[in-house]
Amino acid sequence: MAGKTLYDKLWESHVVREEADGTCLLYIDRHLMHEVTSPQAFEGMRLAGRKPWRNTSIVANPDHNTPTDHWDEGIKDSISRLQVETLDANIKDFGALVYFPFKHANQGIIHVIGPEQGTTLPGMTVVCGDSHTSTHGAFGALAHGIGTSEVEHVLATQTLVAKRSKRMLIKVEGKLGAGVTAKDIALAIIGRIGTAGGTGHAIEFGGAAIRDLSMEGRMTLCNMAIEGGARAGVVAPDAKTVEYLQGRPYAPKGADWDKAVAYWETLKSDADAVFDTVIELDAARIEPQVTWGTSPEQVLPIGGRVPNPADEADPQKRGGIERALQYMGLAADTPLADIKLDKVFIGSCTNSRIEDLRAAAAVAKGRKKAANVQQVLVVPGSGIVKRQAEAEGLDKVFIAAGFEWREPGCSMCLAMNADRLEPGERCASTSNRNFEGRQGAGGRTHLVSPAMAAAAAIAGHFVDIRKF
Amino acid sequence: MKAFTQLDGLVCPIDRANVDTDAIIPKQFLKSIKRSGFGPYLFDEWRYTDHGEPGMDCSKRPLKKDFVLNQSRYKGAQILLARDNFGCGSSREHAPWAIEDYGFQVVIAPSFADIFFGNCYKNGILPIVASAAIVDQLFRECAAQKGYRLRVDLETQTVRNPAGEWFEFDITPHRKHCLLNGLDEIALTLQYADEIRAFEARHKAAQPWLFA
Repeated sequence: MAGKTLYDKLWESHVVREEADGTCLLYIDRHLMHEVTSPQAFEGMRLAGRKPWRNTSIVANPDHNTPTDHWDEGIKDSISRLQVETLDANIKDFGALVYFPFKHANQGIIHVIGPEQGTTLPGMTVVCGDSHTSTHGAFGALAHGIGTSEVEHVLATQTLVAKRSKRMLIKVEGKLGAGVTAKDIALAIIGRIGTAGGTGHAIEFGGAAIRDLSMEGRMTLCNMAIEGGARAGVVAPDAKTVEYLQGRPYAPKGADWDKAVAYWETLKSDADAVFDTVIELDAARIEPQVTWGTSPEQVLPIGGRVPNPADEADPQKRGGIERALQYMGLAADTPLADIKLDKVFIGSCTNSRIEDLRAAAAVAKGRKKAANVQQVLVVPGSGIVKRQAEAEGLDKVFIAAGFEWREPGCSMCLAMNADRLEPGERCASTSNRNFEGRQGAGGRTHLVSPAMAAAAAIAGHFVDIRKF
Repeated sequence: MKAFTQLDGLVCPIDRANVDTDAIIPKQFLKSIKRSGFGPYLFDEWRYTDHGEPGMDCSKRPLKKDFVLNQSRYKGAQILLARDNFGCGSSREHAPWAIEDYGFQVVIAPSFADIFFGNCYKNGILPIVASAAIVDQLFRECAAQKGYRLRVDLETQTVRNPAGEWFEFDITPHRKHCLLNGLDEIALTLQYADEIRAFEARHKAAQPWLFA
């Protein structure tokens, strides 16, 4: 009998019951919540007179609607304020293990604070009404986004009704070149498999280049599994995982710690495990990536040119390229390095951790943003990231370069607060989605790594970070 | 949840791949704390020439006349015909809420994004996966015939065109049962509360740190 994949081990250790058709009740260990996808779930609980099954599984904080400046003035948009206050009230009524309200010193993006607090652990099932829950797979947890009805289901039953996914292994062997990051691996993978390439699958990321990534890098990579269509991405825990978690507020302590670490060491795919799909990439051949279109799969290495629809034989794809170029205001065959920017956004659950800010600051140090770039937002992922960056003087580097140093939150990744693009504005962004209107109606998004974003802010156009 | 059994409905085609949930319902509408009222804002940026905000009276907003939802031939459509990877991106259930609130009960596509696909079933919407060749045929027929309708029957898992041709679609027995009967999945799961409690006790004994 073939061995088991890590995904199978995580799945099987959480099955409460299984129907004949393979539909399972899956036990959920950790339930992350934010203000946008939870109010209707709590309302449903109230209407049915239900109590939460285990409120100590809940880790919550507002992040999507919260402003990133003038915190003293509160949330000016009354609809946003009501949504944040609704989360406050719901957590007060239903309870939680961890809740950081707006302006709490540790508040931040839910996918940054979960790991930071040690509430995401290897071997767990982690869900949240948010597709970027895949981030937590970096710890060897089975983590994925769910809808609001499922949020209510987890609140009421501590389980999800689910079927096992197919297994995909993405193996990245070799060493990344200088200036090439986890973000570039993620974009290169999506460019290869497409945004639907991982549909129906859970992806395990393996190989030397993945093992070489820091925990921050692994979170960036797993975060974008969903942009490749896979609800969950996972990396087997190792010494780096253990080192990251040790001493975190909610990580196990004492004898539990030793027992936990021993268990976590078993969380890896067996040597003879069989995957439904295996994709291999050579890390040395991955270059810094820039998206040119309105889907994350519309991506090329920085040395490339905007595609010409005339070169595409498939009429569906040709139509997609034409629509994307029209929306993006780009001419076919334009070198990516000639594309000029209006704004730059460094932040989001993909790239707002300390390592990301260090990479951006290293590029910005002693330089100034280009005159044609109107605004560069640097938005840390949490209060803890913010204080760490300030302790290292990164805030001063950014401010000296003409960048804006903001309070933590989701910010211009999805523009639910005041941080947004105006119609026609072009942005280099470290976030995860370049969809039409994602960063503001009519806004044009190019996804890049933090170092590439900072370099674009300085140069005023995209540049190859390796030559910068 | 509302039950779904069968439907004889007008078809509206959205002829582009990778339609994401940001396009289906833009972020500003996610600030609502309600489950209903999203229909007028479905595909907001493709549908109206102005910028939509929650609470706007959409009956007075300027329309993008070319967009399918604004064409009179598709008025009252209940079946959405789509291309690959429909519903990709954000997990927002506001997307199926908007689709359902608008009046669609069925979405047919060659493939769906996983989270969106699951969210449909929780809202009485039947997402049907059909082969690329069948979907191509449906798009052609829909373009050629005004008032093009399809008959969808969940019990027999079939879709029938006006010419009487039909194809079968897959659905798990569990989802079919829930949809046919409009069942509250939480109540269904709570029938197994003892099993959940027993699992939880074993899980806690093995990994006590998960319950700290």
